[in-house]
Amino acid sequence: MIRLLQIEFIKLWNNRASKVLILSYFFLLTSIALIAAIKFDIGPIKFHLADIGIFNFPYIWHFNTFITGFFKLFLAIVIVSMMANEFSNKTIKQNLIDGLSKKEFVLSKFLTVLSFAIISTIFVFSVSLILGLAYSNYNEFSIIFSDLIFVLAFFVKLVGFFSFCLFLGILIKRSAFALGFLILWQIIEGIFRGLIRWKLFDAETTEIVMGFFPLQSMFNLIKEPFTRLDAVQTVANQVGEKLTVNYHTHWYEILIVLAWTAIFIYSSYILLKKRDL
Amino acid sequence: MENILTVTNLSKKYGSLLAVKNLSFTIEKGNVYGILGPNGSGKSTTLGIVLNVVNKTKGEFSWFNGTTSTHEALKKVGAIIERPNFYPYMTALQNLKLVCKIKDVPENKIEEKLELVGLLDRKHSKFRTYSLGMKQRLAIASALLNDPEILILDEPTNGLDPQGIHQIREIIKKIAAQGTTILLASHLLDEVEKVCSHVVILRKGEKLYSGSVDGMLASHGFFELKSKEPEKLIQILENHSSVGEVKLVNGLITAFLKEELSAEFLNKLIFDKGITLSHLVKRKESLEEQFLTLTKNQSN
Repeated sequence: MIRLLQIEFIKLWNNRASKVLILSYFFLLTSIALIAAIKFDIGPIKFHLADIGIFNFPYIWHFNTFITGFFKLFLAIVIVSMMANEFSNKTIKQNLIDGLSKKEFVLSKFLTVLSFAIISTIFVFSVSLILGLAYSNYNEFSIIFSDLIFVLAFFVKLVGFFSFCLFLGILIKRSAFALGFLILWQIIEGIFRGLIRWKLFDAETTEIVMGFFPLQSMFNLIKEPFTRLDAVQTVANQVGEKLTVNYHTHWYEILIVLAWTAIFIYSSYILLKKRDL
Repeated sequence: MENILTVTNLSKKYGSLLAVKNLSFTIEKGNVYGILGPNGSGKSTTLGIVLNVVNKTKGEFSWFNGTTSTHEALKKVGAIIERPNFYPYMTALQNLKLVCKIKDVPENKIEEKLELVGLLDRKHSKFRTYSLGMKQRLAIASALLNDPEILILDEPTNGLDPQGIHQIREIIKKIAAQGTTILLASHLLDEVEKVCSHVVILRKGEKLYSGSVDGMLASHGFFELKSKEPEKLIQILENHSSVGEVKLVNGLITAFLKEELSAEFLNKLIFDKGITLSHLVKRKESLEEQFLTLTKNQSN
């Protein structure tokens, strides 16, 4: 396993574009801490983002995992191109001839993706913990470590999304087209949502059905955190609107994404096995 | 004799096209093999199948008498097929380190192999800056990193300039001299003739011949002769029981043998009949001539 990771590491780290993207991704993950510094101080209007409670435990776990989730697109580019380049340089052929089995090849890519997800999760966990300890109004041990399911959900979300990218890289073999397909797929899910809502079910059932689609199921893992803020809730109450959203990550949502991950990785292997290179 | 590769009844279909038909052959340790055949005869497909990159349709193949799985066996094989494939953004050294990791061998052979192919002074240059000849030589160095039991080369001199071709041939000869088993696929016959002891000949995916180069045609060779009295000479030759066909082209007489006849004996015989020769050479058909005869016979 270490050998497979070392192989991928040599391939990635010697590629300048990948290196820059990976470094900027982790820089962005850390830079979420900079939000804390947002402070408007114009005469009577005082606005300090840290003061409205976004860094309160346990809310910070939700907020940070949701926001940093968007940065995963940087790694998506790296992952799709690390896969597609193997085809365009025909190095996959040479790898196999040199004695890597097709299983090992897919495994080495999956392990890399897994490492990306693990390191990202550790990063987000540490940054959130530090930010929280610095700005949170609540510092009791039991509160700090409640709602950690969001960190787990973040990890599962990344693994699922990166596995999708890997699969697209193998399926399409060209990085630009694979990334294009990723965007196209997002649109396709949107069209499906419209069709299902229009012809088949009511809003609630549509949501349930959409929860089984790959990208939507990944998005569902961490729901938007904004309406959960005290400030927002107060405003909503004042205008007579009651916001009741279930923010939590459910076990079956995690299960759906894990199932997609398994499907993507296994299909990647089958695809590679069936193909003449 | 220890078998390195055994191929039994192998077939490969691309859609309706049968690229390899029921092919069987065995590669034994210590010999230098050539796979011969015109373009599109199934050479690369066959090599692709045994190297785990092309899926077979039917049949079997086994490495080292089937004692290990194909990908484990490939770690003991060095192979280059078609164009050299490396990571263009990595240097020669980085690329070779990667190959060492894949083959699970230590990195201490890298310098030695780069030296062998004459790339040691360019080891820190990126692969994409290499010329085609250098890329091909790097591929050979990479294939040798594990001191392979067998070296497989598919068209190693394709697209190279004469100097590059010469360099690659010298390297192949050097490796063959060390006793490494080599399997060389080529459509360039003189290339195969210069280094190979055994050949497998393919045409349209079918095996026409496999065995030693010498035994390819049951031929005893031919004589080339010149004399001031060609008519008389031809008559003597035609009357001899060991000689078959006799041809006269541009003053050079060619006499094909039906059975073994030594040059000394023929020389004496002709001299005794009162004719002196200005030219006498005994030759075997070149591989090219044999190959063309064989493929022509089969197509009739």
